Order: sequence, then structure tokens, then C-alpha cells
Amino acid sequence: MAKITYIQHDGTEHVVDVKTGLSVMEGAVKNNVPGIDADCGGACACATCHVYVDDAWREAAGTASAMEESMLDFAENVEANSRLSCQIKVSDALDGLIVRMPESQH
Amino acid sequence: MNDPKAHVVILGAGHAGGTAAALLRQYGHEGPITLVGDEPIAPYQRPPLSKAWLKGEADADSLALKPLEFYAEAGIDFRPNLTGVSLRRSDKTIALSDGSTLTYDVLILATGARPIVLNIPGADLSGVLFLRSAADAEALKSALGPGVRMVVVGGGYIGLEAAASGRALGAEVTVVEREERLLARVACEQLSSFFQTYHEKHDVRFVLGASVTGFTGQDGKLGGVTLTDGRTLGCDVALVGVGAAPNDEIARDAGLECARGVVVDLEARTSDPSIFAIGDVTHRPLPLYDRMFRLESVPNALEQAKQAACAITGRAAPASETPWFWSDQYDLKLQIAGVPFDVDRLVVRGDPGAGKFAVFHLKGDQLQAVEAVNAPPEFMAGRQFIQNRKAISPEKLADTAVSMKEVGA
Repeated sequence: MAKITYIQHDGTEHVVDVKTGLSVMEGAVKNNVPGIDADCGGACACATCHVYVDDAWREAAGTASAMEESMLDFAENVEANSRLSCQIKVSDALDGLIVRMPESQH
Repeated sequence: MNDPKAHVVILGAGHAGGTAAALLRQYGHEGPITLVGDEPIAPYQRPPLSKAWLKGEADADSLALKPLEFYAEAGIDFRPNLTGVSLRRSDKTIALSDGSTLTYDVLILATGARPIVLNIPGADLSGVLFLRSAADAEALKSALGPGVRMVVVGGGYIGLEAAASGRALGAEVTVVEREERLLARVACEQLSSFFQTYHEKHDVRFVLGASVTGFTGQDGKLGGVTLTDGRTLGCDVALVGVGAAPNDEIARDAGLECARGVVVDLEARTSDPSIFAIGDVTHRPLPLYDRMFRLESVPNALEQAKQAACAITGRAAPASETPWFWSDQYDLKLQIAGVPFDVDRLVVRGDPGAGKFAVFHLKGDQLQAVEAVNAPPEFMAGRQFIQNRKAISPEKLADTAVSMKEVGA
């Protein structure tokens, strides 16, 4: 279990407990946290679960695969700390993780 | 205009209906929401049923759109195992299969589509299966295993995904397709031949240009599939994936305008202003292509759920999206954006032999659709080109030395 803080673009915070093994995207969707659309359900096919990983957590969240990298390359408002949240697996090491959401997912 | 206290009844608890219910609450709808589904379980994702779930890589919990307690917590009255029997628009009531009646202020039809059945001898034998619901997928999964002989009737996406999953589970798989090529209705020839070759490398056999005339068996159990050329293919399980038909009867009977499904506008509103329709059951406008069409896809279900939820809660209509689709087979990720209407030129970028390429469908200098295999940049950029109606140079597009960003520059 990891406590994850999701911060919407307007600043609204959602703090939820997410089971180990789920993705950061699933943690949001299953807890009805708005702002992560995840149209493809986690198949790394759509780039609608884009988040900015808080700088303190970038290393713990791991690095993007080549597939994720190239999906992100064409998403909007991409920053150095952008990730697709369906590709970040939740573990104890991510207890306390903070992610922020872009203005829109398209 | 918009009544935040309105009783919204959603008929159909698939990806579209479940998403609409959640979005209505997210957008601040205060009135009662009743979500009626014909399956025993709460809304879930269907795409993994032929892919990760079938191969045993995803569990039931991971399929659920929301945890079950979400519905009670959000004040959504979820009613499983029920279908709509008839709709009376004059007094805004809907009769359900358990004899009860619901009165709505606003109705959302999200009844989806059903697999087309084959009216041929033996179609009722046990072992003749379809793949639409979680229950269908359970039945298929329990029938598959090492050495099991599986015949897939229909070389479309469902059939090919099930064939790939069947191989992963050790089954011997033969695909029978009526047309001379796979994916004939939905993909270009290059893609058809690429997928055929790839599946053949994984020991899937194909019988093309042949129809199934019947299923044979003993004691009610399937033993073989007979073909138009007189041959019989012995098999233990047959998966029929020959397309889907919209569940639009309740709308037709109630006099709503229907074509290839329930006709809606870009707010997902039907010809009755109190009734919306979303997902596979709809015949909808595609503004990018200036025509009406029926789409069967999750992104379409989500887009229309958003349209309906916005209209019901008085939000501005969301921007129109480019239709898109995806399919996973073996280690291949196929991503498609757009629909290839009125295409006069195809451009292949990359090398199909290397398992990484894209086919672009152009009408003049405008991109209408892209089919990308293990090529996310081509898909992502292509989707943007389609959306923006950007003039594209076919020469640059064909040249892999020119990056997709440069193609669009």
C-alpha cells in the first residue's frame, strides 16, 4: 500500500491509498480522482494518463520505456518529469508519491 | 434548462454507461442516477477479455472500471441482471425485465452491441462460443489449453486477438475467414498480409475465402466445423467473431430515429431531447469526415459518455475527437487513428519485415487515417495531423529519415 497525492491542474489535492501492484493510473481511476482519463485502460496506447512526477520522486518512479517515451513525445505540455501514469507500478517505495496533472489529456 | 435534480436512468452498464454515471457525479449532477445492466457484475473493461485477461495476465478486479463500493458511495443505484423491455416516451417510463418500471427525467441508452450469430446447423452445440462479455471470456478461457484444437470463425480483430491468446495458452489454432484476406472490412491489404504472416510464424493456420456451413458434434458437444469446400476441420472449441449488431430495438420500437444504430448528434442526443444514446449502439456524426457512422470502440464510448454528461449538466460540449482504436497481438501493438474514407493514396513508412511500420491513408494532401504497428510516433503524430486537417507531403511521410515532427513542421 502506498499513499499517493494526486494534484489536479486547478490545485485540488486527492490523497488516496493505492494497493501495491496497481499502476498510478489505476489508483486514480478506481478512486474516482478526476483528471486522468486513461482511455485505453493502461495499454500504453493513448497518452491520456499523463502526469508530472514531483521532482523528489522521479528516481523512485523509474524511467520510461521506449514505447512510453515515444507516446509522450507527442503528448501536449510535456515536461522533463512527464510520465504516463499507467506505466508506473505502485510499490512500497512509492509511499508518499506526489503527481500533478496537466490541464487536459488531449 | 438543465435540472441538477433530474433522475437520470442509464440503460446499459458497459464501458459507456458506467463512464457516463461516474462523469455525471464528477460534473456535479445532484439528482438520482440509476444504472441498469444486463450482466451480473458492475461495469468493466472489455478490451482485455481477448488479450491480457484471456492469457491470464490480468485478474477480474483489474477489469472493473470502479470498485463496487464506488456506486453506493457516489449515490448511483446500480441494478445488475436487468434489461429494458420497452420504452414509453409519452410518460417517460421504461419497463424492465423483472416487471418493474422506472420513471426517468433523462434517459441514456447505452445498450451496446451483440455478437452476430450464425444461423447454421450445429450453432447451438456446446463449444461454439462468442466473445463479448466477461462470462463469454470465462467460458473461452476454461475451454483453452495446451493441445486444444480451436477454430476461429472470422478473421477480424476479436478473432485474431483470440487466436494470439489461444496460441499463448498452447492451443492449436485455425482461423476461417470468408473474405480472401484478414481484417477485410477494417484494415488495408498491407496490414492484412502483415498480420497473416505474423500469425503464421506463430503457427496459426488460415483458411481464407471459405465460409462455415455448419458445426458437427456428438452428444451436444462440438467436434468439427464444416466448410463451403466440403472439408471438415476437427476442433474442440470454435470462437465465432463475425461482427456485432447494435442493440437498438428498444429505441426503434419507441419511434426514435435510427439508421445503422440510434441516430444522435454531437451532444449524444437522440431525436427525443430527453433521451441520449452513447457507445456501440449509436449512429453518430463524424464531423472530421462530414458523415454519419457507427463506431465500435472504447474511445468512442468514452467520448460520447462525456458528450452526454456535459449536455445533462449544462457544460459546454467537449471538442470533437479523432476516432481511434488499438489491438494487441503477440508483441505487436497496433494503433489506428481516423477512418479511411475517400482515400486516394496509401503511403507506407518503415519496414513491415522489421515489424515496425505505419500505413497512411491520404485524400489529396490530407491524412484521413493511419494504421501504426509498433510505431507510436506515427500514430500520435498522425492523429494530430488528422485532427488539424493539416496538409501533408507524402514524400516526407514515406521517408523515415524525416522525423514525424519534421513531417508536421
